[in-house]
Amino acid sequence: MDILLQSIVTGVLLGGLYAIIGVGMSMIFGIMRLTNIAHGDIMILSSFLTMFFMQHVIGNPVAALLLTIAVMLVFGFCIQHFLINNVISKGDEPALLVTFGLSIIVSNGLFLIFGPAARGVPTELIRTNLINANGISVSSMYALNFVVAVAVIIALSLIMGRTSLGRGIRAASSDTLMSELLGVNTKRMYVYAMLLTVTTASIAGMLVGMTFTFYPTTGTQYLIIAFGCVVIGGMGSLVGTLLGGVILGLAQLVGASFLGSAYQQLIGFLVLLVILAVRPQGLLSKAVRK
Amino acid sequence: MISEKEAILTLDGLNVSHGDLQAIFDVSMRFPRGKIVSIIGANGAGKSTLLNTIMGVHRPTSGTIAFEGRDITGARTSGIASLGIAMTPEGSRVFEDMTVTENLLMGAYLPAAKRKRGEQFEKVFSMFPMLKEKSSQLATFLSGGQRQMLAIARAIMMDPKLLICDEVSLGLAPVIIKDIYRKIGEINETGVSIILVEQEVRRSLQHSAYSYVMAKGRIVMEGASDALPIDEVNDAYFGINRFA
Ligand SMILES: Nc1ncnc2c1ncn2[C@@H]1O[C@H](COP(=O)(O)OP(=O)(O)OP(=O)(O)O)[C@@H](O)[C@H]1O
Ligand SMILES: [Mg+2]
Repeated sequence: MDILLQSIVTGVLLGGLYAIIGVGMSMIFGIMRLTNIAHGDIMILSSFLTMFFMQHVIGNPVAALLLTIAVMLVFGFCIQHFLINNVISKGDEPALLVTFGLSIIVSNGLFLIFGPAARGVPTELIRTNLINANGISVSSMYALNFVVAVAVIIALSLIMGRTSLGRGIRAASSDTLMSELLGVNTKRMYVYAMLLTVTTASIAGMLVGMTFTFYPTTGTQYLIIAFGCVVIGGMGSLVGTLLGGVILGLAQLVGASFLGSAYQQLIGFLVLLVILAVRPQGLLSKAVRK
Repeated sequence: MISEKEAILTLDGLNVSHGDLQAIFDVSMRFPRGKIVSIIGANGAGKSTLLNTIMGVHRPTSGTIAFEGRDITGARTSGIASLGIAMTPEGSRVFEDMTVTENLLMGAYLPAAKRKRGEQFEKVFSMFPMLKEKSSQLATFLSGGQRQMLAIARAIMMDPKLLICDEVSLGLAPVIIKDIYRKIGEINETGVSIILVEQEVRRSLQHSAYSYVMAKGRIVMEGASDALPIDEVNDAYFGINRFA
C-alpha cells in the first residue's frame, strides 16, 4: 500500500516535469502545426548551457538560468526567423525536415564540444526530502519540478489567453491571411511563439539537468516524452499537456511498482497507445485529427 | 475618368496570374478619395484576385499599385494594412474561437489603432449596437449577418482611410443586406473611402459614386454610377460572360 501511494505521489510530481518538457512542443504544434523534432535537443542544449554557466560564469543557478534563457532567445529567434519561417508556408514536410536537421546538428554539436560523458546540473535539492513521513517521501527536487511546471503552464495560459501578444499569436495561427489583413505580421508572431517556447525549454532543461544525468544524445528520449504528453493531453492544449504529463508519469511509476522498474518506459508508452486508440485527438483537444 | 490628384488608390497596367492561369489582364483603375466605388463582375471575373493583389496577397507579374502616391506593389500584406487600408475578405472570416470583443481588439492591433481603441469601440458599438450586446459571446455563435457586421466593425477598428469590401452581401437576406449597405454609407460619411465588390448590378450602381465593370479579368466598362445605363452594364456583365 505504501509502495503504491509512494508511486502515485512520485508519478504525479514526475508528470509535472514531463509537462514542462512537453509544453513548448505543444505550443509549436498548436500554433504552427509543426512537430518540432528538435524539441528534446533544444532542451538538452539548455541543460548543457546552464551547467556550463554554473561551472564557469556564475554559481547561482537562477542567474545561470537567466543567462541560458538569454542565449536561447537568440537561438530561438535565429531558428525561427532564418529557418522555419522561410519554409513554413511551403507545406508540412519542409519545416519538419528543418527541425530534423536541427536535431542532428544540435546533438552532434554538443557531442563535439562536451564529449560523450554523463553530465548533471549540480544541486543539493536532489539529495534532500521535503516530506519524509509515514513511509512516504517527497524529494525536494521533484516537488520543485512540479511547482515550477504548474506555474509556467499557468503563466503561458494567461499570456496566450489574456494578453494582446497571445491574441495576436492565436489569430496568426487560426487565420494567417485575415491576421495579415489586420496588420499583424504573422511571421513575427511565430517568432514570438518560438521565444516563449525556448524560454520554457530552458527552464525544463535546467530542471531535467538537476534531476537526471544527461548526455548530448539524451534529447531524443525527452522528445518522445514531450510527444507523449502532447498526444495524451491533446495537441495544442496547454492544460492538456499538464494532464498528459501527469498521466504519463503516473503510468510509468505505478506500472513499475507492479511490474518492476525495467518496464517503466514500456508501460508509459502502452498507456499512450491505448489513449491514442480510444481518443486519437487527445484528452483535452477540441480539434479533430484529419 | 478620375484624375490622378483625386485618387487615393491607383492601379496601373496590372497583370496577375495564378500559376499558369492569368486572371487579371492589363487593369488600370483609379479610386477617388472619400467616395464609394463599386467593382461589378460575375463569378470568376477576377474581382477577388484583384483585391488580393492590392493587399499584397498575390504579386502582379507586371504593373504597379500606388496608395496615396506611394508605391505598394509587392509589399507585405500587414505592411499595406498598416498604411490605412482595411479589407473584409470574401466570407466574413471572423476568428471563430475568439469573443466579439477579442475580434474587435484584433482590429485595433496596430499601434496607431491601439492608441485610440476606446474611441473606436464607442464608434463601432454605436453603429452596431448588436455587437455590444453580444460582446462576450464567441464569434462562432453569431449568425451570418452578424458575422459580416463583426467583420466590418473589426475593419473599422483599424480606423482605415480606405475600406475594401469583397461581396459583403453574399448569402444574406435582403433586409440584412439593406442594413449593411446603410452602415457602409454611414462609414463613408465619416470620410472613409470605400471599394465595394459585388455581383449585383443594380445594388452596386445604387450605392456607389463610380463603377467599374469587370469581365474575364479585364475592365470592360466604367463611369459615374448614375450615368451608367443599367442595361448596358448588364450586357457588359453578361455579354462577355456568355462566351466564358
Ligand atoms: N488561388 C487560385 N489558384 C488558381 N486559380 C485561381 C485562384 N483563385 C482564383 N483563381 C481563378 O482566377 C479567376 C478569377 O477568380 P476570382 O476569385 O478572382 O473571381 P471573382 O470575380 O472574385 O469571383 P466570385 O464572384 O465567384 O468571388 C477564376 O478563373 C478562378 O478560377
Ligand atoms: Mg470573389
